[in-house]
Amino acid sequence: MEYFLELSCSGLVRASIYALIALGYTMVYGIIQLINFAHGEIYMIGAFVALIVSGVLTIYGFSGFSILVLAGLIAVIYAAAYGYTLEKIAYRPLRNAPRLSPLISAIGMSLFLQNYVLLAQTPDFLPFPALIPDFAFMEPIAHIMGSPELVILVTSAISMVALTVLIKYTRIGKAMRATQQDMTMARLVGVNVDNVISMTFIIGSVLAAIGGVLVGSYIGQINFYIGFMAGVKAFTAAVLGGIGNIPGAVLGALVLGLTEAYAAGYISSAYEDVFAFGVLVLILILRPSGLLGKAVKLKV
Amino acid sequence: MRKTVIKKLVMVALLSMIMPATGFAADTIKIGIAGPHTGDLAAYGIPTKEAAEMVAAQVNAAGGVLGMQVEVLPMDDQCKPEIATNAAMKLVSEGVDVVIGHVCSGATKAAMGIYKEANIIAVSPSATNPPLTQSGEYPNFYRTIAPDDDQGKLAATFATDKLGAKKIAILHDKGDYGKGFADFSKQFVEAGGKAKVVLFEGVTPGAMDYSAVISKVRREGADAVIFGGYHPEASKLVAQMNSKRMDIPFIGPDGVMGNGFLDIAGKDAEGVYATGPKDVSALAANQKARANYTSKYGKEAGTFFDQGYAAMQAILNAIEVSGGTDYAGLEKALKSSYVETAVGKIKFDAKGDAEGVGFSVYQVQGGQFVELK
Repeated sequence: MEYFLELSCSGLVRASIYALIALGYTMVYGIIQLINFAHGEIYMIGAFVALIVSGVLTIYGFSGFSILVLAGLIAVIYAAAYGYTLEKIAYRPLRNAPRLSPLISAIGMSLFLQNYVLLAQTPDFLPFPALIPDFAFMEPIAHIMGSPELVILVTSAISMVALTVLIKYTRIGKAMRATQQDMTMARLVGVNVDNVISMTFIIGSVLAAIGGVLVGSYIGQINFYIGFMAGVKAFTAAVLGGIGNIPGAVLGALVLGLTEAYAAGYISSAYEDVFAFGVLVLILILRPSGLLGKAVKLKV
Repeated sequence: MRKTVIKKLVMVALLSMIMPATGFAADTIKIGIAGPHTGDLAAYGIPTKEAAEMVAAQVNAAGGVLGMQVEVLPMDDQCKPEIATNAAMKLVSEGVDVVIGHVCSGATKAAMGIYKEANIIAVSPSATNPPLTQSGEYPNFYRTIAPDDDQGKLAATFATDKLGAKKIAILHDKGDYGKGFADFSKQFVEAGGKAKVVLFEGVTPGAMDYSAVISKVRREGADAVIFGGYHPEASKLVAQMNSKRMDIPFIGPDGVMGNGFLDIAGKDAEGVYATGPKDVSALAANQKARANYTSKYGKEAGTFFDQGYAAMQAILNAIEVSGGTDYAGLEKALKSSYVETAVGKIKFDAKGDAEGVGFSVYQVQGGQFVELK
């Protein structure tokens, strides 16, 4: 039983990180039907900014939780700026181009950002400080769930609730939903669609950066390539849940993360990816539009 | 009539090529240096060649071996088996007495048969493939480097004998290097009979976390972990083992032993064991050889320089001890007389592996890898 709990905790931690990234994929896809391949890189950049800022803050004598919050905040702001700029220079000029063009532009941006960090920073792994302190009250169950895991789960949950509130109850949320339903109509009733799309990228980037900071602090190392694999997994989660559907991304991430953890624990960790992608294939065979996705009729 | 003339001409031509070679062999000792001297792996072959040339020059300046001068014949094999066979045939036809080489295991395997038929001893500075010595197929093969399985053997015996582990979990990163080390470790743990391998499993490099596999190690009740792979995964594993409050020894291979691991794992690195090449930099013979190299070439000696240097020293010593280049005499001398070389005091065992070279266990103590004696 304890073993099952350990695996579940490991799966939930993965799932919440996947979900944070998957939300960005799914929101962007929902609005402009673009798979933003550079999204994993925003996550990576978030982690790098947090690393640099935490280094600076340590020199100035800050400590522990204050570093985590400040570094996280600055990482989020940076990542938002990157997300906004990314949309502005790589996707907006291609808004009315054939669908393949922005996709290729996205792959290009992904490669560009990876190599930019590779050249500007280093190709090696960098140590990431453990910003999340060990809470005394977690000590009795630290072997099942430690403080870092707790912080990751709580932060992700708060982020997701905040996102739901934002989309359901705010003006910009309403505009986002309108744009998602019909971009032309939204424009006709006075929604500034360009701003809405920018906002979508910013929100997605913020969530990804939060994920990046949490993961960096959790596993203690980052390099320029971490965004790629995390991006692939998160994209899988988004597709699994039905791309374009926000609760679907979270559900897909949960299925993916738990599958990986149970496969690693009960079968073999050498094949965790095989099982993760096997589940994806299986679900897409049974439900081609994902767990919560609606079959979309093509508008002719 | 015409045919016999041609035959005779061919004979004369052949003889004229062979004669000077055999005629020469009497007053010089010819040593072939085979390895990649061009191509993309040249960096592994050239230091050995330079080392052999340096030793030969020093010996010749001091009057040679048994009054004979040492002649070095470099032969390029580009680390390619098909070129290596050609190189070997060329060396044999040049009438070399001994060969230093080859450098890559594949090329060495291809060339050894030819040396065996020609009764020539070959000493490789770098071919680490275990069957080269262990198969018994090449009795004329020697090496001044430890074979690949030595590290796994050391990790296994260290875990069972020094640490007293009874249940060992072996993890690897699924790569050639990591899984190879893990396979050998498993083999030697099982052969030793002192401990059981309770878990043998690959982990996915670059995966977000390893907490599931760490839980598994705990469930199996392992009292030591042997990991085959490189430092990024190793540091992730030790960090997560600590955060899961697991306090059992962690043993890695030389891919873990380095500053990368110390930097990334930070305080989690403390107490971690790693096998790594024996530290020879403190040996006087090694320091002298490297200093000579630096003063001659103006840079640091490259890969396998020490081993190449040692191979040359061992061979010349064997020639001196046995009083000639006769196969049986050399064999006996190589296997019985210790010689001071750039990799330490060595002699060869019955199979041709050098005794006294190889790996040591290191432990992270105070943020540094310290060799455990």
